[in-house]
Amino acid sequence: MAHIKVPENLPGILGPMATSPESTKALRELAEVLLRDPNTLTSAEREIIATYVSSQNDCCFCQLSHGAAAAEYLGGNYELIDRIKRNFDAAEISEKLKALLEIARKVQKGGKQVTGEDVERAREHGATDKEIHDTVLIAAAFCMFNRYVDGLGTWQPTDPKAYREMGRVMAEVGYVRPNWEDPNPDEPVEAA
Amino acid sequence: MAHIQLPEGIPGILGPMAFSPETAKPLNALAEVLLRGPNSLPAADREMIATYVSSQNDCYFCQHAHGAVAAYRLGGDEKLVNDVKLNFESAAIAGKVQKGGKQVTTSDVDRARQHGATDKEIHDTVLIAAAFCMYNRYVDGLGTWAPSDANMYRENGRRLAEVGYVESTAQLPPIEKKYAQFGSHLGAKGKPVEDPDKARLTPGEWVW
Repeated sequence: MAHIKVPENLPGILGPMATSPESTKALRELAEVLLRDPNTLTSAEREIIATYVSSQNDCCFCQLSHGAAAAEYLGGNYELIDRIKRNFDAAEISEKLKALLEIARKVQKGGKQVTGEDVERAREHGATDKEIHDTVLIAAAFCMFNRYVDGLGTWQPTDPKAYREMGRVMAEVGYVRPNWEDPNPDEPVEAA
Repeated sequence: MAHIQLPEGIPGILGPMAFSPETAKPLNALAEVLLRGPNSLPAADREMIATYVSSQNDCYFCQHAHGAVAAYRLGGDEKLVNDVKLNFESAAIAGKVQKGGKQVTTSDVDRARQHGATDKEIHDTVLIAAAFCMYNRYVDGLGTWAPSDANMYRENGRRLAEVGYVESTAQLPPIEKKYAQFGSHLGAKGKPVEDPDKARLTPGEWVW
């Protein structure tokens, strides 16, 4: 049971979001800009960074929902997402994404952990300043989202399959849903 | 030196915010609603939660910037702000959130409730603490520059308390103009600062 009263049947972040439309508007816009706006990093790459940080923070809801979004962008490749979470250095992803994930890994532990060498390595593999900026901010933002979700003790389905439809909606419809300002949405996100 | 090319002399979070106006917008909107929106928690208390979490995350810029706002709202009581950073009794939930969301226990929440905290106040405390785990990492993860002059933070604390986070960002265009040589996307074109002294902002020109 959540630490505060939230609408029933809303998983993870959707419960507290429903109680706080003003902060939710800013949070949804931030997720939309970071994960779906035009960018030289693909949405799949950005969702992978979000998923990896969420797994490092041990946030079940965020890692499974954003992992599902990443997998949906990749034609349903859920196995790759699992391999990245276990050990991204051994996964079949670009050297640039590995270097960016290393920066994200450091940010998760604390901003000061990021070193000049981490950034140089990303640059050597072609990362631009904007890509490095966005990686740091995505990783930082998920240190927020994860704490919001777990700090309020929200209900989170544990079956990865429960997140597949949610991931599809996140990838196809995005985060700024038409009814985000409704404090008591009747339907969970799957119906968006 | 920052990890990416940012205009010199702009403190803390303002550098990356000027670099990336599209993300600055929701970041400032979030700070505005969390720290200045209508709330049964006084704004000073909310700034104190932000300051405490920032000090636990060892983010020099954020703890001094928001500590100055808190002190200004408390009639200049910098001692109280420092005491809270060193030894708090009222920000237990925020301290747990800083370590990790799962650290918050039912007894932490019950204790807050026994002292009169509402669900919204508990919600906002968790989200403020979580948000500063983001802002702090954004500021330090990009290796930004932070001034050490306490007077600069005092002056900006007053401005942030009175003008706010969104309004302050609305003042970005003059700074963009000042750094017009970098293009509209500040620093993104990677041109070096020709004269850092000339580029350095005076306290009155800060915004973040």
